[in-house]
Amino acid sequence: MRRLLYLIPVAVLGVLAVFFIRGLGRDPRIIPSVLINKPVPQMNLAPLPGRGDTGLATADLKGRVHLVDIYGSWCVSCLVEHPTLLDIQKTGRVPIEGIDWRDEPVKGAEWLKRHGDPYDRVGMDPAPGYTAVNFGVTGAPESFLVDKQGIIRLKYIGPITPEVWEKVLLPKIRELEK
Amino acid sequence: MRRLAFLAAALTLLAGPALAVDPSEMLKDPKLEARAEKIGGGLRCMVCQSESIEESNADLARDLRVIVRQRLQAGDSDQQVIDYLHSRYGDYVLLDPPFKAKTLVLWVGPFVLLLAAGAAGLGVLRRRAAAPPAPPLTPDEERRLDALLKDAGKS
Repeated sequence: MRRLLYLIPVAVLGVLAVFFIRGLGRDPRIIPSVLINKPVPQMNLAPLPGRGDTGLATADLKGRVHLVDIYGSWCVSCLVEHPTLLDIQKTGRVPIEGIDWRDEPVKGAEWLKRHGDPYDRVGMDPAPGYTAVNFGVTGAPESFLVDKQGIIRLKYIGPITPEVWEKVLLPKIRELEK
Repeated sequence: MRRLAFLAAALTLLAGPALAVDPSEMLKDPKLEARAEKIGGGLRCMVCQSESIEESNADLARDLRVIVRQRLQAGDSDQQVIDYLHSRYGDYVLLDPPFKAKTLVLWVGPFVLLLAAGAAGLGVLRRRAAAPPAPPLTPDEERRLDALLKDAGKS
C-alpha cells in the first residue's frame, strides 16, 4: 500500500506530460472565438471604388448562409486562398462577402482586378479596423460562416484550401441550411 | 569609478520596458493617456502573444491602442474599454486571466502542489525523527573499524 504512494509523483508527471505533449501540436495562433453563436457585429462598410456594389452592412447577411472573408491587398496568405474562393464562387454554393481590412481603397480595388474577384459584396474596414475587431479578428485571412438569422456559426483562421472547403466549411453549410 | 558603475546599474534598474506607442497616437490629456497606457498594459497583443498592446509594434496592437484611446475619449470607463475587448477576443486578450471555474487549476494549482510537497516533506522528516536510533557496534565491528582507521592513518 505504502509503495503505491511513491507512484503518485509518477502519475502526476504522466498527466502533465499528456497535456504538454498535446500542447506541442497545437498552433498557438489559433485562439477559440468567443463570437460563435453570437449575432454578426453591427457594421455599415463603404464599397470599394468602382466595384458597383453598395458595400457591406449587417442586414446584407440575413436570409441565407453567407461566408464572410476578411482579407487585404497587403496580405500574402490571402493570395493562397484566392483561387479556392474563385472556385467556390463558380459553384455558386454560398455567397462570399469580403471585408477589405486595413487597406487603401485604390489598392484593394486593383488587387481584385489583378487576381479575380470572388466576392458578392465587399466592404472596406480602414485602420483601426473597428469591424475586424468586432469580429475578433487577429490576422488575415479569417473567415466566418453566418447562418440565415445572421448568427456567426463558425470561424476559420488561415487560408481556405480545397481541403478546408470540403472538410470544414461545406459540412457546416449543409448543417446550417437544414 | 565604482560609484559611477553603481549609478549606472541603479539607473538600469529604474528603466521600464520600452513602449511601442507612437507619439502621434498619444492623447493630449495626460490623465486620459495614463489611463490608456494602464489599460493597454493589461491587454495582450493577439498576434505577438507575449507582449501587451502597449509594447508591441504589430499593426493589430496599434489598432487596439487607437481604439482604446478613442473609447476613452468618447467617455468610456476603464472597465467598459476592457469589457469591450474582452467580449471580442475572450479571456485570451487579458494578460491576467480572470479567476473562474475554468481557470481554477491555473490559479490554485501551484499552491496546492506547494502544500502537497510541503506535507510530504514534513512527513518524511517526522518519520526520520521517530525512527529508533541505530544499535551500538558489536565488538567485531569495533575491531574492523579500528583497523580501517589505522590503515587510513598510515597512508
